[in-house]
Amino acid sequence: MRLGKVVGKVWATVKDPQLAAVKLALMEVVDENQTGTGKILIAADTIGAGDGDLVFWVSGGEAVRAFPDKNIPSDVTIVGLVDHLNVSAS
Amino acid sequence: MIVGRIIGSVVSTIKHPCYNHQKILLVKPVSPQGAPQSGLMVAVDLVGAGSGDLVLVASEGRAAEELLDFSCRMPVRSLIVGIIDQIDL
Amino acid sequence: MELGRVEGTIVSTAKVDRLHGQKLMLINLVNPDIKPTSNYVVAVDSVGAGKGEIVLVVRGSSARQTQSMQNVPTDASIIAIVDSVELKGKILYNKAKG
Repeated sequence: MRLGKVVGKVWATVKDPQLAAVKLALMEVVDENQTGTGKILIAADTIGAGDGDLVFWVSGGEAVRAFPDKNIPSDVTIVGLVDHLNVSAS
Repeated sequence: MIVGRIIGSVVSTIKHPCYNHQKILLVKPVSPQGAPQSGLMVAVDLVGAGSGDLVLVASEGRAAEELLDFSCRMPVRSLIVGIIDQIDL
Repeated sequence: MELGRVEGTIVSTAKVDRLHGQKLMLINLVNPDIKPTSNYVVAVDSVGAGKGEIVLVVRGSSARQTQSMQNVPTDASIIAIVDSVELKGKILYNKAKG
């Protein structure tokens, strides 16, 4: 799992049936200091994250299985909202 | 999948058994116009591609496992799945 | 998932059996502001996208999760045609406005 920050949304009417009613978020990958890496991805959102939210996400096969009742064709899926990050200084 | 050009082949005697009797080719990723890109791939050929051919390379482990029809878990990822006749831009 | 513009189609006669009947599209990956990048990917189309359209491309094993793609040996699929993109409150792309 990795960290990201939601920066926007994507709308699509014509899409794979398994993605019907699945929200799509624009998300920037961030490091442990919540600094953006510049890499922006589109993620399936399972939790209803909004602009500016810090989230954690999964990729690959795990992204497919994020919904209990169906497999979705997603390679990046937001699975949690971060309340607080504890980062120890190294 | 990506577009690539065959630039050579790999000959290997000692290799994982899953690669036995497979043709292993070197593929240079190219732009749609044919300009070489960075990187180099080693891919198992399923379609009889030859040197200089423009090909389609798929990199997905499970697809490789299914297409190569092996019962063992395959440590193979990249496959040449098509020879490109034409790109319509 | 990534955003891309459909730049063209790929014609291939000699291909693995399970790719027969699949529409192969050449996609130029774009930034959220729809500016082109130097990256291209060939994706199987499952939604009927056309040339010039902005689409969502999914890669890896996830590309084989759509109903029509279960047995297709692909590592990239077009899973949606994008209507609009909003970044930090600004609409960067709107299909209706072009």
